[in-house]
Amino acid sequence: MKALLLAALLAGVALSAAANPIALTGGTVMTGAGATIDNATVIVDNGRIVAVGSGVAVPAGATMIDATGKTITPGLVVGMSDLGIDEVSGVREANDTRARKSPFSAALDVTPALNGRDTAIAVARAGGVTRAVVAPDASRDIFAGQGALIRLSDGTDIVTRARAFQLVELGEGGAEAAGGSRTASFAAFRNALDEARLFAANRGREIGNHENLYPRADTAALVAVVDGRQPLVVHVERGSDILAVLALKADFPKLHLILFGCREGWTVADRIAAAHVPVITAGIDDLPDAFETLASTKSNVGRMVAAGVLVGLGTSGGESTNQPRNVTQFAGNLVAQGRLPGGVGLTRDQALSVITRNPAEIFGMTDTGTIAAGKRADLVVWDGDPLELQSAPVAVLIDGVAQPITSRQTELRDRYLRLQHDALPLGYRQ
Amino acid sequence: MRRLLLVALLGVAACAGKAPVKTASNRPVEVVSIPFDPYPSTYHPYPGVTTVIRGGTVYDGAGRKFAPGMVRLENGKVAEVGASVAIPAGATVIEAAGKFVTPGIIDIHSHLGDYPSPQVAAVSDGNEATSPNTANVWAEHSVWPQDAGFTRALAGGVTTFHILPGSANLFGGRGVTVKNVLGRTAQDMKFPGAKPSLKMACGENPKRVYGSKGQSPATRMGNIAVDRQVWSDAVVYKRKWDDYTKKAKAGTAKPTDAPRRELANDTLMGVLNGDILVQNHCYRADEMANVIAMSKEFGYHVSAFHHAVESYKIADLLKAENICSAMWADWWGFKMESYDGIRENIAMVHNAGACAIVHSDDPNGIQRLNQEAAKAMAAGRRAGIVVAPEVAWQWLSLNPAKGLGIDKATGSLEPGKMADIVLWNGDPFSVYSRPVNVWIDGALMYDAADPNRRPKTDFELGQPGAGDVK
Repeated sequence: MKALLLAALLAGVALSAAANPIALTGGTVMTGAGATIDNATVIVDNGRIVAVGSGVAVPAGATMIDATGKTITPGLVVGMSDLGIDEVSGVREANDTRARKSPFSAALDVTPALNGRDTAIAVARAGGVTRAVVAPDASRDIFAGQGALIRLSDGTDIVTRARAFQLVELGEGGAEAAGGSRTASFAAFRNALDEARLFAANRGREIGNHENLYPRADTAALVAVVDGRQPLVVHVERGSDILAVLALKADFPKLHLILFGCREGWTVADRIAAAHVPVITAGIDDLPDAFETLASTKSNVGRMVAAGVLVGLGTSGGESTNQPRNVTQFAGNLVAQGRLPGGVGLTRDQALSVITRNPAEIFGMTDTGTIAAGKRADLVVWDGDPLELQSAPVAVLIDGVAQPITSRQTELRDRYLRLQHDALPLGYRQ
Repeated sequence: MRRLLLVALLGVAACAGKAPVKTASNRPVEVVSIPFDPYPSTYHPYPGVTTVIRGGTVYDGAGRKFAPGMVRLENGKVAEVGASVAIPAGATVIEAAGKFVTPGIIDIHSHLGDYPSPQVAAVSDGNEATSPNTANVWAEHSVWPQDAGFTRALAGGVTTFHILPGSANLFGGRGVTVKNVLGRTAQDMKFPGAKPSLKMACGENPKRVYGSKGQSPATRMGNIAVDRQVWSDAVVYKRKWDDYTKKAKAGTAKPTDAPRRELANDTLMGVLNGDILVQNHCYRADEMANVIAMSKEFGYHVSAFHHAVESYKIADLLKAENICSAMWADWWGFKMESYDGIRENIAMVHNAGACAIVHSDDPNGIQRLNQEAAKAMAAGRRAGIVVAPEVAWQWLSLNPAKGLGIDKATGSLEPGKMADIVLWNGDPFSVYSRPVNVWIDGALMYDAADPNRRPKTDFELGQPGAGDVK
C-alpha cells in the first residue's frame, strides 16, 4: 500500500483516475443522503466510489488517505452560479453572463463561453465545490438562454452537460423585460412556446416566419422546452407568481419545471410539493427587498422541505455575499434557523443534502451528490464540521482525481504574508 | 434681536447660544458661526432593569474572555464585568450557561435607510450622483425610518451602525452614526454625541460615473486632481472663516462680514477642524497611499479605509498612519479593484498591529458580521496568524467604535460604557448560533423568544410574513 499524506494532496499531487484505487480511512462520512458513518472507509476506483462503510476492506495497492479526525462529504453541488462565465463581474470583457445587445435570447448557450481557468472556479473548488449549475442572466428578454452543468476539476475539461436547461424570468424582472408588466411576460412566454410548437410541428420549415416574434434560433431552442426534453428553470419569487407558473402545466403539460428563487415558496409550499416541482433557492434571504419578496424568511427552506418540496441551494451569482464557496455557510444558517423559537430549519443532514444530493438530483446528476457505491467519486475531506464557518477542505477529489486547492488568492496571501523588504521587490516573490 | 432672527432664518445662528463675546472694552460683539449640530439627536434610551447575566462565556470586546463570566447592566450602562459580579437585590438574573455574551456589533459601513427595502427607485436615496463633490448632502436626510433592514440587523446582534452616502462621488456627503432602535424619525436614531463623517471614494466608481458623462473625473488621476482642488478650496474657505472669526471676536468685524456659507465647504472645513471623520471608500493599496499623501498635503486624517480589500498589501503603512481598515471577510472579483481580495486580509491587517474592522455594506451581510469575522479568523489561523476569538471580537465592536470616534461610549463591555450587549445561544463564531437577546443602552430591544420584543416596521404591517421569525 502506498501511503499518501494529506499534505501531499494539499501540494496538489495528482492521482490518476486510472491508477491505483484510493482508500480514505478513519474519517466520519456524511453521505449527503441522510446518514453519518463514523470511522468509515471510502474506496475509490476508476473515478467511482466502489465501497463505503465501517469495516470495509482496503484493496491491495490502494493509495491511502488518512482522514482520521476529519469529515468526508460528497463534493458540494451548487444549484445555480455564474462559475466559468464571470471572471470579474464589473469588467465587461471578463463577464459573459449577459448579452444585452444580442438579438437572441433562448438560443444563447453558455457552453462555448465556459472557461475552466476562470479563477473563481479554483476559489470555489478550494471551498469544496465540485459541481455547479451555470446559467446566463436574462437581459433584454424573458428568456435568459441555456445553462450547463460543470465539474470544477482542474483544467479546461469542465462541461459535463451542455444545454442542460433553459432559464426564463417570470417575476418582476421578466415583467420589465417583456414590456412592463406580468401580463406582458406571460403573454410573451405563451407566444414563444406556441411558436416553438408550431416550428416543431412543421419540422423547422419556414411557415409564416414574418409573424414570429422570436428569431428562428430562439424558437428552435425552445422546442426542447415545450416537449419536456430540456428542463425549464423559472425564476419567480412571489407566491402568486409561483402558482401562475405551476398553472402553465395545464396548457404546456410536458414542461419539466424547476423553480428558482421562490422567496415566498413557503406560502404555497403544499402546492409546489403537490406539483412535484423542485426548487433552487439562495436560502437565507429574509428581507422584503422587493414587492415580490415581502414574505421572505430564513424559514423558507425549512418549511418547503417540511412540506415535501425537493430543495437545493443555488447562488444568485457574483462574488460578494452570495459566493458559491459560501453555500456551507448558508446551509449552516438553515440549521441555526431551526434552533430559534418559532423558526423552521433543517437538520445538519438535511442541510448537507441541499448543497449536495438535492441540487444534483434536481438537475439529473443522478450519479453525483451522495457517498454511495457506484457514485462519482466527488469527495471533500474537511478539517471540521463541513457546515461550520471555520472549517475548510484539506482534500478535494473530483471523479476520483485529487484536485489542487490553491488559487491566485492563496498566492497573493503567500506573497504578502511578510511585508519586510527583501533584496528584490515583492513582485519577485514566487 | 430682529437682525438675529433674520440671521437665524438664513441658517446662521449666533455663536455659543447667542452669548456675546466680550472684547477688551467690554463691549458685547456678535460672532456669526456655523451651527455644529442643527439636526440634533432626539434619541432617548428605553427603560431597562438592572440585569445580571451569569454562567455564560463573556467576550468583553476589549480582548478579554471570562468563561464562565458575569455581566451586570444597570442604569443603561455596563456596571461590572468579570468572573463574578455583585448581584443587587431585585436584579433580573439571566442564566446563560452554554451561551455567550458579547458587546453589540457595530457596522461602520451601512446604507440601511438610504437604500432600504424594498429596493425601488422611490426610496432609493443613497447616491446624489450629480456632482463629484456633494459634501453638502447628509445621509441622514435620506434615511427612511421604516426600513425593515434595521430589524434584521438587530436580530443579528447589531446595536450601532454608520449610514453612509454611496460612492458615486469623490465626496459623497456626510455619514451618520445611529443606534439600532426604531424611531419615527432619523433624528430619533442618531447616536448622541457621535461625530458625523465625510464619505469619500477612490477608484472605479467616481471615474466611471463622471467619465461616462464626459466630465471630470474620468481617470484615477482625475479623481485625485478633483479631490485636491476641492481640498484646496476648502482650505481657502476655512481661512476666510478663521480670519472673520478672529476679527469678529476682536470686535473688528460685523455679522454682515461673515463669509457666505457654502454647505459642501462647511463639511470639508469640519474635517480640517477635526470635527468630522473621513470614511474613505478605497479598495486598492496604491490608491490608499495616494490618499494618505493627499491628507497630509491638506492637513486631515483618514479615519478608516472602507472596502479595503488590499489593506494586507500595506498593513505596515496603515499601522504607521493609525488608519483603520473596514473589510469584508471574503468579497472579491465583483469589480476590477476587488480582484485581489483574500480571506486572510482582516487577520493580516490585525497581525501588523493595524486597526481591523469587519464591515458589511450590505443589508444581508450586516445580519451575519459575526460569521464573517469567524471566516476571517479561521483563514488567518491557517496562514499562521492565530487570533483568539475574544481578540477577534474587537473587529466587530471596539475597532469600528474607534473608527467612528465612539469608543469611549460603546464598543466593549467595560464599566461606564453603554450597555449595548448581545446574548447568543451559542458560540457566536459558530454558524449555528444566533442572538437570543439584544440590549441597547440597557433596554431589552430584542428577544428571540418574545414576539413583543421583535420589532416590525410600518412597511411590514399587513404584509405577508409580517411578524414571522425571520
